[in-house]
Amino acid sequence: MFKNSLLYPEKDISNCGLAGFINKDKKRVDGSIITKIIANQHDRGNGLGGGFAVYGLYPEYEDKYVFHLMYEHQKAEEETESFLNKFFRVIKSEEIPTRQIEEIKNSPLHYRYFVELSDEKKPASLSLLSEEDYVVNRTIEINKNIDGAFVVSSGKNFAAFKGVGFPEDISKFFMLENYKGYAWTAHNRFPTNTPGWWGGAHPFTLLDFSIVHNGELSSYGINKRYVEMFGYECTMLTDSEVVAYLVDLLVRKHRLPFKVVCDIFSPPTWDYINNIEDKEIKEYHKKLRIVYGSALLNGPFGFIIGFNGGLVGLSDRIKLRPLVVVESGNTTYLSSEESSVLEVCNKIDSVWHPKAGEPVFAFYNDYKGE
Amino acid sequence: MGLLTIDAENLYYRDLNAKIKEAVRKQNIKKIIIKNARGQRFIGTGLQEKDVEIIVESGVPGNDLAMFMDGPTIKVLNNAQDGIGNTMNNGKVFVHGDAGDVIAYGMRNGKIFIKGSAGYRIGIHMKEYKEMIPSIVIGGKTGDFLGEYMAGGIILVLGLTKDENPIVGRYCATGMHGGVIYLRTDKVPTYLGKEVKVFELNEGDKAKVKELVEEFCSEFKEYNSNDILNGKFIKLIPVSKRPYGRLYSPGNHFPLPEENYFSNKKVDIEKYYY
Repeated sequence: MFKNSLLYPEKDISNCGLAGFINKDKKRVDGSIITKIIANQHDRGNGLGGGFAVYGLYPEYEDKYVFHLMYEHQKAEEETESFLNKFFRVIKSEEIPTRQIEEIKNSPLHYRYFVELSDEKKPASLSLLSEEDYVVNRTIEINKNIDGAFVVSSGKNFAAFKGVGFPEDISKFFMLENYKGYAWTAHNRFPTNTPGWWGGAHPFTLLDFSIVHNGELSSYGINKRYVEMFGYECTMLTDSEVVAYLVDLLVRKHRLPFKVVCDIFSPPTWDYINNIEDKEIKEYHKKLRIVYGSALLNGPFGFIIGFNGGLVGLSDRIKLRPLVVVESGNTTYLSSEESSVLEVCNKIDSVWHPKAGEPVFAFYNDYKGE
Repeated sequence: MGLLTIDAENLYYRDLNAKIKEAVRKQNIKKIIIKNARGQRFIGTGLQEKDVEIIVESGVPGNDLAMFMDGPTIKVLNNAQDGIGNTMNNGKVFVHGDAGDVIAYGMRNGKIFIKGSAGYRIGIHMKEYKEMIPSIVIGGKTGDFLGEYMAGGIILVLGLTKDENPIVGRYCATGMHGGVIYLRTDKVPTYLGKEVKVFELNEGDKAKVKELVEEFCSEFKEYNSNDILNGKFIKLIPVSKRPYGRLYSPGNHFPLPEENYFSNKKVDIEKYYY
């Protein structure tokens, strides 16, 4: 799998840029806005990966799961389609429209499928699985077992577009100006330890969870083994992928609020915990480190998690990667660089730099969770 | 004595910096006003002309502002980003807003004044040599690792914000072995580096602080220097010039003990410390 055509040489200087914004009133805007923001950070990447996550783009299929797929060859398409037809009722399937441009080379095939679950397609052996688990397991199965097929996204009213190229070129390639969404995230990649290939571009997703990540996870080995115990398979050759699975595990399966998840990912150091005076808070941090030690993310990172309730931004606990928040009316922007937000926003209410490990929550006004 | 105004919107950083260099070096321009900065990196990098002034009037300049700069003055009337004054050799930078992380990394001389707060790792590896003594003044507060591995120069943090945060973050002055940090507070920071001790200011310190605060207030006019100087200050200085001098490399200039790593005899590591 992905042996030849989709692999690009590695480089070893680190950077990466990321950005995202959310309209808390769910007003939808087109993809040109996020493209302008991330294009401003052109020099944070090196053309070996760009991608976007968008929420609220398929209102006419709001309650359907949307599978965006990447195929290395036609055979993968045939196999995946028969797989999807076997396990889901496919409402609509189509090739994702692309604009062929010079800058984007060696593109795989891009297809999308709007599907719903139906009892007659659900094998008896899987009948006890929840709807989401069923979708997650089918997603992992495609990634793992169908040669040359990669699920780019599989959530409801959510999609990811990504590939090898600068993000502004990826946006042009997928014609993102034709899509509208109420929250967008974007990533400009500078691959370091892992190859720059189509599946390795950010965002990484599972269901409606997406992650764009700047940095590297030195805890990847532990995190990977941890999620594998719960049936997740890391197939994208890139550390950041594991965060998407951790979020699915902790938020969806363990039903933890994002606040707690962020305290698991970026916990205070032990010497700090030992000095906390409030007994309850001390116990809380101790418990998280003991129970969820394997989900701790070590190494430098700044990332934005997207899901159907909003966006969450987080940096590592000693702030080795930048993250800035810009508030403007009902829109909240998160970015690696403040200047990039100025490309699209001239009425800034406030700018603030979250502290190391301090989460940023930007949820829709109608979101009830925490 | 010319003036040049550049609209930086849609201008790539290399083109902007080429324009600045050409104006300064070929057209003898002394004052450059940049409008609509959009994160262009390296503004002022390597410029050596002492009488040149660059004003970033609107927008936000990009990372590594004034890197290797050796003379000019840069004023940013808005926020600035990461890496200001990286290995800066001389000149002045004034930021009328907040600044990002890693300001004044390895700075060698000159002055940086930030009106607002700055992020993490400010003044790491700052150094000094004879009369070349760099200074950085932060009007607000800073994050963790202020002055880490600092080898020289002056850091002054004034803490002029109303938030509850401590004036500096954790691990301040870790590995510091030269220079001085002044903090306008009466609280000793937590998780202070083991290499420093806290002192009261002596007359010489007070004169230095006064000079920097007055320069700070002459640029950021909403502040009054007397009000600032009336506050309590503490001083952090390293207790050893070379805390790790003999830890890893005894070197030829020290008599090597007979017991060494290749023998089975126990090495008394205490002997290697000053």
